[in-house]
Amino acid sequence: MNSLGSKNSRYISSLFIVRNKGHDKLFPGLVIGAAAYTLLMVGLVAFSVMKGSIDIFSAEGIQFFYQSDWNAVEGRESFGAFPYIIGTLLSSALAMAIGVPISLAIAIFISEIAPPRIGTPLSFVTELLAAVPSIIYGLWALFVFRFWVRDLIEKPLYDAFGSLPFFAKTPFGLDIFTAGIVLAIMIIPIISSICREVMRVVPNSQREAAYSLGATRWETVRVAVFPYVKSGIVGASMLGLGRAVGETILVTMIIGNVIGPSAIPTTLFSQGQTLSSLIANEFNEASSDLHLSALIALGAILLVLTMAINVGARLLVKKKIKPSSGAKSQ
Amino acid sequence: MTDDPRSSKKYSKIVHETVNKKYKKRIIVNKLVTIFTIVCVIAAVVPLASILIEVIKNGVSAISFEFLTQPQGSIGSGSGGIAPAIQGTIIVVGLASLIGAPIGVLAGIYLSEFAREGIFPDLVRFFNDVLTGLPSIVIGIVGYVAIVLSIGSFSVLAGAISLSIIMIPIVVRVTEETLKIVPYSFREAGHSLGISKARITLSIVLPSAKNGILTGIVIAVSRIAGETAPLIMTILGTSLFFTGITGPVDALPLRIWRLASQPYESAHAFGWGSALILILMILALSVGLRFLAQRNTFKVSA
Amino acid sequence: MAIEEPIEADEAILKGARESTSETKKVQESTEKYKVRIEKVNGWYGAKRAIKDVNLNVKDKAVTAFIGPSGCGKTTLLRCLNRMHEMTPGAHADGRVVVDGIDIYDKSIDPVVIRRRIGMVFQKPNPFPTMSIFDNVAAGLRLNGMKNKTILREIVEESLKNAALWEEVKNELEKPGMSLSGGQQQRLCIARALAMQPEVLLMDEPTSSLDPIGSSKIEELVRILKDSVTIIIVTHNMQQAARVSDFTAFMYLGDLIEYGATNQIFMKPEKELTERYISGKFG
Repeated sequence: MNSLGSKNSRYISSLFIVRNKGHDKLFPGLVIGAAAYTLLMVGLVAFSVMKGSIDIFSAEGIQFFYQSDWNAVEGRESFGAFPYIIGTLLSSALAMAIGVPISLAIAIFISEIAPPRIGTPLSFVTELLAAVPSIIYGLWALFVFRFWVRDLIEKPLYDAFGSLPFFAKTPFGLDIFTAGIVLAIMIIPIISSICREVMRVVPNSQREAAYSLGATRWETVRVAVFPYVKSGIVGASMLGLGRAVGETILVTMIIGNVIGPSAIPTTLFSQGQTLSSLIANEFNEASSDLHLSALIALGAILLVLTMAINVGARLLVKKKIKPSSGAKSQ
Repeated sequence: MTDDPRSSKKYSKIVHETVNKKYKKRIIVNKLVTIFTIVCVIAAVVPLASILIEVIKNGVSAISFEFLTQPQGSIGSGSGGIAPAIQGTIIVVGLASLIGAPIGVLAGIYLSEFAREGIFPDLVRFFNDVLTGLPSIVIGIVGYVAIVLSIGSFSVLAGAISLSIIMIPIVVRVTEETLKIVPYSFREAGHSLGISKARITLSIVLPSAKNGILTGIVIAVSRIAGETAPLIMTILGTSLFFTGITGPVDALPLRIWRLASQPYESAHAFGWGSALILILMILALSVGLRFLAQRNTFKVSA
Repeated sequence: MAIEEPIEADEAILKGARESTSETKKVQESTEKYKVRIEKVNGWYGAKRAIKDVNLNVKDKAVTAFIGPSGCGKTTLLRCLNRMHEMTPGAHADGRVVVDGIDIYDKSIDPVVIRRRIGMVFQKPNPFPTMSIFDNVAAGLRLNGMKNKTILREIVEESLKNAALWEEVKNELEKPGMSLSGGQQQRLCIARALAMQPEVLLMDEPTSSLDPIGSSKIEELVRILKDSVTIIIVTHNMQQAARVSDFTAFMYLGDLIEYGATNQIFMKPEKELTERYISGKFG
């Protein structure tokens, strides 16, 4: 190659380098910045919640966790989170008790029993349940569903068991029981779709082994499928739990909205209050900075609770579902 | 190993006897389980059907031209409409998406294409997962403390930023997963031609993942459009139209909540009407964006 | 434990038959029972017919091999014999499969009942991964309702002995089933199937995922097992069929081309197609 030719090719190569330089530097910077923004958001969340709740914790310390009164009157302010912690735990426990078995049953039906032409549309329908905004769940629960629950479930239960302490309260539909049921309906899509996913991954040869030994369909699911998916089911349930714990607007519409010591539910049909519902109810009318700080502190408790649940859940679920084929570039 | 071919028959009788005894019960258990699963399926489908029916049934009667274009009349009068809420939802959700979608997609691109082994990507993924599970009321608190208090007023900005905090983790996850599905050979081809990674990502990988990423954005936007809790303490909700990005504004979920808590039938009717509008808007969003995606996607065959 | 008379009688006939050198002719002439009579069986995947009008009588206490090129339907036919074929979505079968006088495709018969009398071993060993060796072998028994611990232990031990695995695992019965090698896992699956005291054992290419040593162990096992269980084995390895089976059925594109004593099929095949397959002209 003569010197003229190599000079040309060097010139052209240099053009390439110059032209790409902008993209090369800018774009990676952008994406890294965006990723860093995620961490920034986390920091913001942690910081805001801590800043907002510091006042009440320095005023009351650890008492805040087990105290029950909620007094916003100036001069005699006293706030305790206990009833709402109980409310959150109880309503979520109820949601899980109802929601997990139903979700599992639905997953078994779609994955093991129904033929694909029924199973596929059915899973789509369950997903639709997840797409309904919780305000609409709340509207429906407040104006329609609570009457169903009151008349079809609560009244009969009360008539039958009203003498027992657990049921000894005249039900009128807006209570912890109804909240638990609607929360269960809300978390069904989450739990059942993950259960379905982990079941799908179980190799068919396992099912065949069970069938070839003369197992019925349910026995095959029990022996060949369940052992594979146990931790996935637990993980899915925990994700559902996280959702139930954090649900706000639905709960505030149907749980009865009581505050203070009377907010500790004593029967299945008691009114109650959760951490999230109280925040929603009182935030805009908080009468003092300390009051506001107490509300934010409730949020802090909620934050820690959901974080713990969700981290635990993800660890369990990630183990069970195979990661998609990696396309990492070097 | 036995030589006597008859010894394996030794247990045959007892096995068959036991098996026959238990057979009936096992069949009944199997049937019961099947029935139970079907009952559960019905238990999930009935509420969904009921919700849709009630929203349509109760909402349709409230909708009118006035409903869609006028602000609310005096409380309890049943006059006016929810126009400020419709406008507010569009503005706040729109702004939140403008913030959330690009950041989410870029971060997803980082995790899938640019991240090396190391603590930074691990942290990003971990905290992204954490963020997805945060209760939206807590996000509202963050919006209040971080922005409302700093600016000094309830504002569109606070609401939009709060909603974007909810939106971003969803978009990040869907983007990363969608990009991971794009075959590595696409990138290889680009590398072998000496093209920069940025170029490869933008011109080759991203277009083929367009559909999935757009779907992820749609899911995220639909999600935040229905969120109420973060709006309570960020935009406050008013009966007035949009006044400015640092001013309060109304939004559909918030309006529904307020209407439902009023003791008037007319307010409840408005509530159902607003719910119907909200669902229609979310539906229109999904359908609309999917439609756009279909028209603009490259069909890439392996 | 009382031993049923008819089986003893049959065995006497079969034993005598086997001892003669021209056993093929004698077996065909004697009046012993067929264990499995396959009559006009068709197997479908949706609208596609995978096996057409198969008629075949399987002799008791013998090894029958199904051979043929891939796609010929031998596995489909095998899976029709314990009604596993219909478990594939969209698949069904018609015809009669008569086992000991009972048509397993009769409307009144529950496939669950069939499958515990006709056991199956699969191409890739599939022990239950969360179960120990003991639990794997006992799995079928437990599923079917057997709880007596003593009898379970006895049956597990006998099954493992019959599967030529006892000596290797007798001190490690609590170890997970997956901790064994491939060949051992397959013998574990055989033990699991044998524990159900089946009368017929179906084997779907049981050695195709094993190394040569593991394979030969299984083949040796088959030769011994046939004295107590009727064995039908699908294999794509002709030499294996020649080594191990008494009777061979050659299938091609869903049709049963030829069926007869193994010696005859391999030395003097009657159909030209059989001859071409045997001599490796296609496969």
